[in-house]
Amino acid sequence: MAVSNKATKIRNSVISSIVLVFFAITALIPIFLVVINSFKPKLDIMANPLAFPKAISLNNYVRCWEVANFGSGFKNSIILSGCTVVIVLFAATLAGYALAGNRVRGTKLFMGYFMVAMTVPIQLFLFPLYYAMSALHLVGTAVPTSFIIAARNLPFAIFLMRTFFVGIPKELEEAARIDGSNTRQLLWNVMVPMVSPGLITVSVIVALNSWNEYLITTTFLQGMANYTVTLLLRGMESEFNSEMGLMMAGAMIVILPILLFFLLTQRYFIDGLVSGAVKG
Amino acid sequence: MKRKINYVLLAPALLLSLCVVFIPGMLTFVTSFTNWTGVSMSMDFVGLRNFKEISRDWIFWQSLSNNVSWMLMFLTIPVAIGMLTAILLQHKKRGRSIFQLIFLVPYVLSAVVNAMVWQGIIYNPIFGLIGYLNRNGWQIPSLLSNSGTALYAVAATDIWHYWGFLTIVYLAALRQTSMDQVEAALIEGSNGWQLYRYVYFPSILPTFKLMMVLAFINSFLTFDYVQLMTWGGPAHATEMLSTYAYSFAFSSMQVGKAAAVGLIMSLFGLIASIVYTKIAIGEGV
Repeated sequence: MAVSNKATKIRNSVISSIVLVFFAITALIPIFLVVINSFKPKLDIMANPLAFPKAISLNNYVRCWEVANFGSGFKNSIILSGCTVVIVLFAATLAGYALAGNRVRGTKLFMGYFMVAMTVPIQLFLFPLYYAMSALHLVGTAVPTSFIIAARNLPFAIFLMRTFFVGIPKELEEAARIDGSNTRQLLWNVMVPMVSPGLITVSVIVALNSWNEYLITTTFLQGMANYTVTLLLRGMESEFNSEMGLMMAGAMIVILPILLFFLLTQRYFIDGLVSGAVKG
Repeated sequence: MKRKINYVLLAPALLLSLCVVFIPGMLTFVTSFTNWTGVSMSMDFVGLRNFKEISRDWIFWQSLSNNVSWMLMFLTIPVAIGMLTAILLQHKKRGRSIFQLIFLVPYVLSAVVNAMVWQGIIYNPIFGLIGYLNRNGWQIPSLLSNSGTALYAVAATDIWHYWGFLTIVYLAALRQTSMDQVEAALIEGSNGWQLYRYVYFPSILPTFKLMMVLAFINSFLTFDYVQLMTWGGPAHATEMLSTYAYSFAFSSMQVGKAAAVGLIMSLFGLIASIVYTKIAIGEGV
């Protein structure tokens, strides 16, 4: 009995490992194909996209960087994501505090509003917003666009920050008030240090969201000089769709910084994904 | 304690959201009853004409049916893969975090990259995997340019990008299950299936429901992968409400119609968000 139990356990564990490895390979194989083919000339890709490169050649990368204007793309992506993160952090921290506990009348109503604002389609507000901003000459560049992406990311950030503020004991706030702190000092000196894990989580998620955003950026950013890296990669496709090696190098240039960022911030990133979906 | 300052603190977030989401949303509502072109300053109210014309347009019904197919795929395939991998990971002490990271890689990459990679190195008939297989005796049709397969080819890419997210969420929920209940069930002699059916699943049910509602909402909003990979083609075989609205607004300059479609999309979203809000508030998340 004990022996067969152990055998079953080992068998189950082997089967589960095989299944997990299968899905891991599924997740990674397209990326793996990008890596190997980014070093190959296009004829070798045509011959066999699964083969390893005969030699490691950086030709595709050098040419890609030259033709695709990625330097300016990275600058725009950083400006866009940076502005979005700053706007969201500022607005969501203050709102998260105001909506935690019972600080404003109509808290439920505001929460309900932000819940709906989080789930409405972008197409509900995109078209009038576009034509209004275009009339105000605000269409085209990164900074105005970051306000739109920030508004889209606000509700999630408010809810997350709110749960952090709810977790701070009331006594702490009362003590600070008795010591004579005003609201600004209370928030800045007492509360913000305590909710800093929330601030990091919000920054990580919002940075990635805005870096990867497509519908809003493709509508509001205009002209190559204003394109983010992802839009530049998109733009390459029409011109270089027969230069597969070049395209794969372009994809690598876009993938690597995101992967690096993800690896560095994984804990906060996973916290952010799970928050709101899982209680506790 | 209700201090006036708290309203000031709420103001930046509220103002930004009102300016970007609420006011333009209201304008969309008004615009849907007009023939506005977007560029001209004048517009006429045309009553329900936009809605009537849309309801007579077969492309609208094609789009709606594609959104529904999309929803059926997203409520089943990634859910099944996510649940399976989450349960397996729950029992894997060693290597769990590395699997989590690997499963999330497609999720953190942008739609532009993922769409390009699948289009270029997998579906491409000359450079891609499919082309290579076809030169070696297989006969796979061109998946993205064939109207019978294009929708599934695009969905495959999006599902590949999305399922890892569900794994992570389900796994986190599974790990929140109270150990007392699990041990009690084990003492009473539950087998693995019973344990999941009667202890783990009820415990993660709120999370599971939320994810289903989100998938439902997003199925009616889906845009990125379709627009990037097929632009709604071939012959509208992958047209979605979102791409249909988008081309009214920016290709044929019929913003009134685009607004009407946007409004219809919101209706689906709204029903689901009411359900979502109910669940979320009920669960106290």
